Amino acid sequence: MKLEKEKAKHLAELARLEVSEEEAAEFSHQLSEVLDYAGKVREAPVEGVEPTIHLLPLTNVFRDDEVKPFLTREEALVNAPRREEGFFRVPRILEEN
Amino acid sequence: MNYETVIGLEVHVELKTEAKVFCGCAARFGSEPNTHVCPGCLGMPGALPVLNKKAVELCIKAGLALQCRIAPFSRFDRKQYFYPDLPQAYQITQDDLPLCTGGKLKIVNPGGEERIIRINRIHLEEEAGRTYHSGIGATGYSLLDFNRSGLALIEIVTEPDLRSPAEARIFLEKLQEILRYVEVSDCKMEEGSFRCDANISVHPAGSQEFGRRMELKNLNSFKAIQAALAYEENRLGSLLAAGTPPVQEESRGWDETRGMTFFMRPKEKASDYRYFPDPDLPPLVIAEEWVEKIREDLPELPEEKKNRYMKEYGLSAQDADLLGGSRETAEFFEATLRLYPGEAKTVANWVMGEFARLLNLEKLTPAQSKLKPEALAAMLQMIDAGEISGKIAKTVFEEMFYSGKSPREIVEEKGLVQISDESQLAALVRGILAKHPGPVADYRAGKTKALGFLVGQVMKETKGKANPGLVNKLLREELEK
Repeated sequence: MKLEKEKAKHLAELARLEVSEEEAAEFSHQLSEVLDYAGKVREAPVEGVEPTIHLLPLTNVFRDDEVKPFLTREEALVNAPRREEGFFRVPRILEEN
Repeated sequence: MNYETVIGLEVHVELKTEAKVFCGCAARFGSEPNTHVCPGCLGMPGALPVLNKKAVELCIKAGLALQCRIAPFSRFDRKQYFYPDLPQAYQITQDDLPLCTGGKLKIVNPGGEERIIRINRIHLEEEAGRTYHSGIGATGYSLLDFNRSGLALIEIVTEPDLRSPAEARIFLEKLQEILRYVEVSDCKMEEGSFRCDANISVHPAGSQEFGRRMELKNLNSFKAIQAALAYEENRLGSLLAAGTPPVQEESRGWDETRGMTFFMRPKEKASDYRYFPDPDLPPLVIAEEWVEKIREDLPELPEEKKNRYMKEYGLSAQDADLLGGSRETAEFFEATLRLYPGEAKTVANWVMGEFARLLNLEKLTPAQSKLKPEALAAMLQMIDAGEISGKIAKTVFEEMFYSGKSPREIVEEKGLVQISDESQLAALVRGILAKHPGPVADYRAGKTKALGFLVGQVMKETKGKANPGLVNKLLREELEK
């Protein structure tokens, strides 16, 4: 199954990866091969087989509506590269204006 | 040329649960930042979501209140996009198998026309964290609070059935009323627990094809929603009239100060989210018995209440709407009526009149006020028995509202008992007649309007405590002697 170069570039964009034209061509080729390989499962005879919704034979796994505190704020922030007054601080993400 | 407007809404509502939807952190508004968080709602590797049962129940409840079909089988999917307030880089939501589908809500539009607005779906998902922007330009940065991350959220999507900005607003007010009624959410727009995005398009009247769609985001009050839609309706109409219809679908924001919408970005295509079933969450099988149990627990809905009030109590549609529209008001009204054997209309007038006025003044809800249905019922009975006049009752009512005392206590403390003693009143009446020979002569000369003045004088003399019926009768007797 061929994955076009444009599609590879689009995927890179969605994944926030910067790729050059050459890389896009290379990934397009490589991803096509991966798809071909994975495409083998399409050959499996599935007539009359119910679609698999979930791998485990489980349904309705619930928790009760109870509050169970887990982390203190200090613990939550301990690995944050930057913080400010109890917040995680990150680079500017305001996209408009 | 005439244009037609088509509007559809996406409403996000935070559910009234104690804990978040996939973890045990508290679902509380207004706490210190990052104090209700865990590896789950911080998106740390290895943490697994476990679904809060109450959230499923509340979503089903919302579905039933909006006459949806509850899916016997449902599941969760991952919606993938990058934003720092979404720590997993995907939102757990429901894509093709939502919990509720195909509902409807009836509204009455400004033209008095009944309109059925169809609900496409209601699905359950998790809330994102909150972002605060700080500083400006290159020195700017963002601060993140994950207390909101993982709150139980439902998204209610309507069909494009709304035809004007005013209809959209009425629909949202009705929706908020119902969701509060069934206690699915507190629906506070100012706290963000009830939010709305609106899709709008405009096309030439009679055309089969809808115009290009604009999505309006971040509309945080009913006023803003109506204003933003009205602005956009106008803008799109002008573009069509100029022969330059919009070329792409856009997400647009609302600038409250300038009173206009602005371009944010072209609308993303759905496939860009690359939905796929979340392998961490087993699917839901919703048994008919479970749904029926939730249905049984539903309170009488505003629409049903309104109809019953009109039929059982003979109230006007407007009165029935006002009383039935808020659950607390309806409960107060009905509790009073159970204790008071008189006319429902009398109770309705007090609840919608004085009570509503004072609640509004003090910014209280009926349940928060000190006035109890017992006190109102007792006061109404005192009026009926002629113990207090309607005028005095207003004073008594206000005192009951602020002090929570019984009407009898107040009447006794303040000496407000109505004077119904005939000989006492007769003496008073004779005194007034002697003092005002002019009006007396007028009356006797056929100007019966003078009677009103004389009644007023007696009431003034007794500070409103005289029984007005009796005063009337005694005055006539004296004047016609």
